[in-house]
Amino acid sequence: MNLVNEILSQINPVSTQKYTFKDFQSDQEVRWCPGCGDYSILAQVQRTFPELGIPKEKVVFVSGIGCSSRFPYYMNTYGFHGIHGRATAIATGLKIARPDLSVWVATGDGDGMSIGGNHFIHACRRNIDIKILLFNNQIYGLTKGQFSPTSIQGQITKSSPYGNIDQPFNPLTLALGSQATFVARSLDRDPKHLQSMIKRVAEHKGTAFLEIYQNCNVFNDGAFELYTEKDTKDDNVVVLENGKPLIFGKQKDKGIRLNGFTPEVVSLQDGKFSADDLIVHDEKDSMLAFIIANMSNFPNLPRPIGVLYAVDRPSYNELLENQIKEIINKKGIGDLEKLFNSGETWEIK
Amino acid sequence: MNKTIKSLEEVTIRFAGDSGDGMQLTGGQFTTTTAFVGNDLATLPDYPAEIRAPAGTLAGVSSFQIHFGAKEIRTPGDQCDCLVVMNPAALRAYLKCLKDGGTIIANSDNFIEKNLKLAGYESNPLEDGSLGRYQCYPVEISKLTQNALSDMNLSPKLVDKTKNFFALGITYWMYNRPIEPTLKWIKEKFSNQPEIIEANTRVLKAGYAYGETTEIFTTRYEVEPAQLPPGKYRSITGNEATAWGLMAAAKKANLELFLGSYPITPASEILHELSKYKNYGVKTLQAEDEIAGITSAIGAAYGGALAATTTSGPGMALKTEALGLAVMLELPLVVVDVQRGGPSTGLPTKTEQADLLQAIFGRNSEAPIPVLAASSPTDCFDVTFEAARIAIKYMTPVIVLTDGYIANGAEPWLIPKLNELPVISPKFATDPTTFQPYARDEITLSRPWAIPGTPGLEHRIGGLEKSHIYGNISYDPENHDFMVKLRAKKIANIANDIPNATIFGDNSGELLLVSWGSTFGAIRSAVENKRLQGKSVSHLHLRYLNPLPNNVGDILIKFKKILVPEINLGQLIKILREKYLVDAIGYNMVRGLPFRAIEIENKVDEILK
Ligand code: SF4
Repeated sequence: MNLVNEILSQINPVSTQKYTFKDFQSDQEVRWCPGCGDYSILAQVQRTFPELGIPKEKVVFVSGIGCSSRFPYYMNTYGFHGIHGRATAIATGLKIARPDLSVWVATGDGDGMSIGGNHFIHACRRNIDIKILLFNNQIYGLTKGQFSPTSIQGQITKSSPYGNIDQPFNPLTLALGSQATFVARSLDRDPKHLQSMIKRVAEHKGTAFLEIYQNCNVFNDGAFELYTEKDTKDDNVVVLENGKPLIFGKQKDKGIRLNGFTPEVVSLQDGKFSADDLIVHDEKDSMLAFIIANMSNFPNLPRPIGVLYAVDRPSYNELLENQIKEIINKKGIGDLEKLFNSGETWEIK
Repeated sequence: MNKTIKSLEEVTIRFAGDSGDGMQLTGGQFTTTTAFVGNDLATLPDYPAEIRAPAGTLAGVSSFQIHFGAKEIRTPGDQCDCLVVMNPAALRAYLKCLKDGGTIIANSDNFIEKNLKLAGYESNPLEDGSLGRYQCYPVEISKLTQNALSDMNLSPKLVDKTKNFFALGITYWMYNRPIEPTLKWIKEKFSNQPEIIEANTRVLKAGYAYGETTEIFTTRYEVEPAQLPPGKYRSITGNEATAWGLMAAAKKANLELFLGSYPITPASEILHELSKYKNYGVKTLQAEDEIAGITSAIGAAYGGALAATTTSGPGMALKTEALGLAVMLELPLVVVDVQRGGPSTGLPTKTEQADLLQAIFGRNSEAPIPVLAASSPTDCFDVTFEAARIAIKYMTPVIVLTDGYIANGAEPWLIPKLNELPVISPKFATDPTTFQPYARDEITLSRPWAIPGTPGLEHRIGGLEKSHIYGNISYDPENHDFMVKLRAKKIANIANDIPNATIFGDNSGELLLVSWGSTFGAIRSAVENKRLQGKSVSHLHLRYLNPLPNNVGDILIKFKKILVPEINLGQLIKILREKYLVDAIGYNMVRGLPFRAIEIENKVDEILK
C-alpha cells in the first residue's frame, strides 16, 4: 500500500455528516462584479452539493484563469487555481493519480475554448472522469472586454471595434465532436434547471460537460436575455427531456420536427401537426444530439437546454485501473530489485 | 597458422552499415560479451536522423560505437581503432573517425557500382589504393554467409539478414571474445524459430572461423579485464537509468509514480520505459501536448504522487509557464530535460549543452528551481533519484539535465541495492488543528503537502501570490517582497543539504577545468592525460548547478586560470563569472557532437603555453 492510500485508510471514518449549502461556502470574500451571473452558478453548486453525498474532502475544484476561474476560492472544498487554459489537464493528472476524488473544472469560454481548447477536446475524447462547468459569457471579462471564441459575429468589443469577424464555436458540437459522453446546457438565470443539470453532471461517469450561459453584466450585458427573460424565454428556449417531444412556447403551442435532417419549428395549433410528429428526445442518440446541438447555430430555432447526450463508455481512469489490475494478475506486483537484476547481468569479483 | 597476439589497454570499434543491416544489434551483442569478460566500456548508437532514408545512402547509415578497456572507460571513444563497414556509405560516413593505421573490415560484396555511386565514390576505395593509411580487410561477407547457409533452403532475404553475425564473428575472433554469450542470446531470442537459431549460429561461427583460418588476418588483440568495483553489473542507457531512478525514488518514498509526457526526441524512451511498469505502481499519461505533460504531473503531485515530466529543449520551452506555477504552488515535481541541439527544432538527434540557462532562469519573474545535471548514462539514475529526494523534501520542482549523448549511450551499471539507497520520507499534513497551507518547516522552509481526501484540510492553492502562512491571495507589497525572498532562500538553502564539490587533481595550480553534464568523460580523461605529462591541471565537475555547492568559490580562487569547456556558447561560464567574479576562459564547440578528449588537451596546451 503506498503512503497516500495508507494515510487515507487511517482517516476513519470519512466525513459522513449531512451538509447544508453553508458547508460549501469558504471564508473568502466573493469578488465578482455585483450582478454577475457567476454568483448564481456558485449558489446553485453550493445548494446542489449537499444532495450529492460526496464527502467534502473528496471534492476538488480546479480552474484556469478568468472570472469563472476564481470559483475554487469560494468553495469550501479542495481548490486549485491553475494557469490559463490548463485546468482540464491538471484535473486529468489529479484524477489519474487519485481516482477516489470527485474532480471538477470551472472554466470559461476563453479559458476552456481558446487557450485551453486542446486540453478540452482531449479530456472529452479520453472520457476522463472529470466534470467540466463552462461559464459561457461570450466575452473576456477579466481582461476587460475582448471578444472570445464564442462571441457572435458582429459583436462590438474592445478588440473588435468594427465588429467581430471570427466565427464562434458552438461548445456543444465541439464537445460532441470530441467524443464527449455527457453534453448538457443550462442557464445562470434558471436556478432549478441549473441545479438539476449539476446533479446529472455529478452522477455521470466519464467527462461530463455542462455549458452554462452566464451573463457578464459589465462587458456583455444581456447576451442571453432572449433565453432568460420572462417574456421572451418560453418562445426562444426548448427544454430537453429524455423521451419527451420537443415542445416549447408560452402556450406549449410549438414543436420541433425533423424535415429530412433539418429541424424546423411547427405550430401545434393549426391542425397540421401534433406532438406525434415531433422529435422525441433520446439522450443516447448521438446523431440526434448533433442535430439538436446544431440548432443553436440557427436564429430561427429555439435554443435547446438540458441534457443533449448522455451515454456510458468506460472512463480513461477506469480503463487504466483495469489495465493495472490485469497486468498485476498476469505478472504479479512488480519487484524493483528483481527488475534491476533481470536480463543480461554479470558479476565482477 | 601462426598469429601474433597483441595486448591493448583500450579499443574503440564502430560497426556501421545501412539501417537494415542490424548494426545496433551487432553492437549490442559485442557490448554484452565485452561486459561479460570484465572490461569497462561505454557505447553510443548513432541512428540516421532521417526517417527511412533510402538504402545505400549516407543519410541511411546507422552505426554503433563501443569503447572498452582494461582501465576505466568514460566515453564511447574519440577515434576508432577498428571500423566495420557493411557498405560504401558507411565507410564514407565514418572513415574520418578512424585512427591512422586503424583497421577496416569491409563487406566487399556491397562495394558494387550502384552503392559506390550512392556514397559518392568514383572508384572503389577498397581497390584504388586510397585507403593506404589503414589496414584494410575486404571480406566477401555476403557470399561467405550464403555459403555457410547454402544447404538450409532459406529465402535470400533471410540469409542476407544474418550477415551481421558474420561480421560480429570476425570481431570476436579479432578481439579474443567468447562467442558463447551471443549463442545463448540467439537461442533465447528466437526460441520458437529453430531455423533462425541455426542460421545465426552457423554464420556467427563461420565468421569466427574465418578469422582463425584465413591468412589475411595476422594479428589478434587482447584486452585484459578492468579493475571495476566488485558486484553485479548490467548495461544501461541514460534514458533507462533516468526511468529507473524515478521508479527507485517512488519506491523509497512509498509513493505512486506519475509521468505526464509528450513524445519528443531524444527523451521518448523514458516514456516508453515507464509505460511498461504498470504493475510497479507507475502510471503514465501520454499527454496531448508538452503543457499537458507538465500540468497533468502537477495535478498528480497535488494528489500525492511522485510526479514527473520528461522532455527536450523545445518541450522545455513550452513547459515554462507551468514550471512557474509549480514554484508558486510549492509542490514536488521532477522535470527531466534530455537536451538536444537547438534553437527551435535544431538538431533533434544530436547533442548539445543547450538548456542550462533555460533551466536556471527561463521563467517569468523570480522563479528559482534546483537544477542538477547527469555526467554519464549511469549517473542519470543517481541524479534523477537525488532530484526526487530534493523535490519531496523541499516541496519544489527540480530540473534534471541529461542530453542525447548520455541518454542513448550505455555503460555498465553496478546494480544498487534498494536498501542502500538514501531514505526519502514525504510527510503529508493530516492535523486540521495546526494546518496552514503556507506554514513553513523551520529548516527546509518547505510548506506542508496536504492532499485532497484529508478531512479538515480543505484549502485553496493557486498561481496568485500567497500570503505567508495562510496561503490566501495577497496583493500586499510587503508580503510579495517577503515571499519572493522566501522562495529564493528556500532554494538557496539546499546548498547546505548537498555534498561539497570535489576536485580531481591538486587543490591549487595553474589551470582548473570546470565542467557540467555529459562532457565529464572527455574532460576528465583529458585532465588525467595532462597530469600524467606533469601539467598543473585539475578538474572540477559540477553535478549541482542550482544552487551551486558552498565550496565552489573557494576552489576557483586557488587557480591561476580557469577553463570552462561547454557544448554551447558559454552558459555555465556566465554563472561562474557573475557569481564568483572570476576571469574564466570559455572553450565552446556547438557541432551536435560530444567533445573529444584530444580537443580539450590541445586547448589546455594552448593555455599553458
Ligand atoms: S467582468 Fe463580467 S464575468 Fe467578470 S465578474 Fe464582472 S460581470 Fe462577471
